[in-house]
Amino acid sequence: MTALRRVTPQLLTLAALVALITLFFPDFLRIEVINGRLVGTTMDILKRGAPIGLLAVGMTLVIATRGIDLSVGTTMAITGAIAAWSITQGYGLGGALALALLAGVAAGLWNGMLVAIFGIQPIVATLILMTSGRGIAQLVTEGRILTFSHDGMAFFGSGDLMGIPAPALLWLLTAAGVAFLMRRSALGMLIEAVGVNRAASALAGVNATVLLIAVYVASGLCAALAGIVATADIRGADANNAGLWLELDAILAVVIGGNSLMGGRFSIAASLLGALIIQTIDTGILLAGFPSEYNLVIKAGLVLIILVLQSPNLSQHWHRLRRAAQRRREIAVASMKETGQ
Amino acid sequence: MLLTITSLTKTFPGTKALDGVDFDLAAGEVHALLGENGAGKSTLIKCLTGAYERNEGLITLEGQTISPRSTSEAQALGIGTVYQEVNLLPNLTVAQNLTFGNEPRRFGMVDRRAQRRQAEEMLDGYRLDIDVSRDLSAYSVAIRQIIAIARAVALSGKVLILDEPTASLDAREVETLFAVVRRLRKKGLGIVFVSHFLDQVFDLSDRVTVLRNGKKVITERTADLDRVQLIEHMLGRALKDDVVGHAKAHQAGREWPELLKFEGYGRRGHIAPFDLSVGKGEVLGLAGLLGSGRTESAELMFGLAPAHSGAARDADGTLDLSSPRAAIAAGFGFAPEERKEDGIIADLSVRENIALAMQARRGWARPVPRAEQLRLAEDYIEKLDIRTSGPEQPIGDLSGGNQQKVVLARWLAMNPRFLILDEPTRGIDVGAHAEILRLIRQVTAEGMSILVISSELDELIAVADRVIVVRDRHHVAELTGPEITTDTIVRAIAAPDRETAEVPA
Repeated sequence: MTALRRVTPQLLTLAALVALITLFFPDFLRIEVINGRLVGTTMDILKRGAPIGLLAVGMTLVIATRGIDLSVGTTMAITGAIAAWSITQGYGLGGALALALLAGVAAGLWNGMLVAIFGIQPIVATLILMTSGRGIAQLVTEGRILTFSHDGMAFFGSGDLMGIPAPALLWLLTAAGVAFLMRRSALGMLIEAVGVNRAASALAGVNATVLLIAVYVASGLCAALAGIVATADIRGADANNAGLWLELDAILAVVIGGNSLMGGRFSIAASLLGALIIQTIDTGILLAGFPSEYNLVIKAGLVLIILVLQSPNLSQHWHRLRRAAQRRREIAVASMKETGQ
Repeated sequence: MLLTITSLTKTFPGTKALDGVDFDLAAGEVHALLGENGAGKSTLIKCLTGAYERNEGLITLEGQTISPRSTSEAQALGIGTVYQEVNLLPNLTVAQNLTFGNEPRRFGMVDRRAQRRQAEEMLDGYRLDIDVSRDLSAYSVAIRQIIAIARAVALSGKVLILDEPTASLDAREVETLFAVVRRLRKKGLGIVFVSHFLDQVFDLSDRVTVLRNGKKVITERTADLDRVQLIEHMLGRALKDDVVGHAKAHQAGREWPELLKFEGYGRRGHIAPFDLSVGKGEVLGLAGLLGSGRTESAELMFGLAPAHSGAARDADGTLDLSSPRAAIAAGFGFAPEERKEDGIIADLSVRENIALAMQARRGWARPVPRAEQLRLAEDYIEKLDIRTSGPEQPIGDLSGGNQQKVVLARWLAMNPRFLILDEPTRGIDVGAHAEILRLIRQVTAEGMSILVISSELDELIAVADRVIVVRDRHHVAELTGPEITTDTIVRAIAAPDRETAEVPA
């Protein structure tokens, strides 16, 4: 019940967005079954939202430790390049997936060590990989767009299982798995404790260093999955554009999800709703048929409205206004009674 | 009197930081303000400088009642402050720092030449040979201190508050600074000098006021006091009998079966090597002044700062105390002095805060079941009388004393064999104070060994079976049984300096 209350603002926002888009585009919610596949705009959002959703899962954990991971977009490019390269080198699907995931782990270990062992601020530590990582991806693709044709790999971008697009299934399962792990094990509480007060957690015996490294590794792994999806989708690796600026969308998803950048309490479900909100805005703008040059401005406007509505100061203000109104009513009633007597 | 404070009271949720404090300051006087951590020194200063608003009481400056609401307002009234961490901008020049906020202007632009001249005039009489057009960062902390003083005097000019100004200075720099302070005194300024270096207090001040637990203990001419008296005022006889309860019956020659033994345990720059044996069920007290090495001893034993020398043993052999995790595995617990920074996880609930250490020991893969956590939390909320709306309330919302009880509950739930409590009763109300002392007696009766660090001698006398006295980062004395009295402890703390200097630190 409390979990539902936690995500209520995000659910309301998403519902309002859907209602708004349906005004412009009545068929928005329609889902048809074509050749055993579910087809419709909502399915498209679930599919297109996969990279952002996957990144948001890892980013939520990092932000819960009062960190941030700016390198996930770049890590997508690196892991996507490695996946494409492995396929073209003939390592097969298993080899490609394993190498890409391994690269994600390596990126996470790098970030995690800089943050947890060397004590570099997360924003600076992950900026290093963010800026240099595309160079690594370019080295892998040798500066070209590395294309491949491999049905097994392409499945992760355009395939479907039981009628549901594979990318959508991948991010939903990943998110559910991570959320389950966090709440069924003690990881969730320990991560929150480290995020709120690392010194006190360490004094209570929490292995804060290992935990911090682990969340960056988790973020790297999520980025690797997102990279695989992005590469599989276009059947090629584009070192320059894969995952470009997506780290910012992922952070935004976490923030729209109501998770504090100051660390502590987190909700993966809320971050995912945040990711869905962003993807719905992106897709909705396209559907509404605005000229494409308006897209970013409209998106910025909508995000601004959402964040202002969710801002703690506004809700405090709102409560104060309501209390003041109530007091005025009470005074009015009281004075009426007095004059009545 | 230049400045008079009468019955100043400042309350924070759950605690009275200042309770009816009187203080006065004459022109041409250095008045030292003394007290341990949490005694109320900084609260008093913040009420004076407008950082805090007082709840009750009167402040008059030259006969006028004042209530500054900000530091700039206090400055304009004539009260200037220089803090331990100099509040200047190191990347600006000395002249820019000195004239910051009221730069001389010409045609709307800063007049650099006038600015330099003005700065040089401000520094005139401080006997500094420095170039005011160089960056402040080019000069030592001591010189920056003096520049900060010059700025404060120029801006305010009646009352100068020096808050631990010598904490990061060496002996020669302290002398330079004191020469400046003495000249300002001669010029008729009233100077409040906050420090915990007793030698400096005797060297510089005309009068001393000692605060303890938010109350004024004494105001006395420095010349009429000696070291022992002063320490006794700072540490002793503050507690009412109802807090201390029945004093411990100190029997001579009572023996405890040995649980742990530290041999030659030390760390350079923290605490000189010490030997210490801990008996099972024994309460050890650690007494000493602020900065003497009390907390450092505890941090060493809990693995926060690994030892450079010596070993810790129990009956089964050498113990690994290289990190808090290792120390916890060895059956240790530690409730630190800085509750907010090092103790509580403010956003998490009382339940989670209690379960945290236990969860950390079990590892992430074996969560303490929620029902078990709840049972633990409810159990300790009742046992320690923790005032909370329930186990799910965030610990940050609780008062200091109740937060402390939650931290204690966290460790008691682990059932450690050796629990270190650093200032367990700091900043908490009288009722909670008594309960914590009662709790210490209770758990040691059940066989737990406890080390209590405290600035309250009465508290140590009430609970400790043996008191270790720390001075200048050395364990200098060990008192047992009937030897444990305020008098003996104060004498051990006050003994002439450097008596033990031959022991290498």
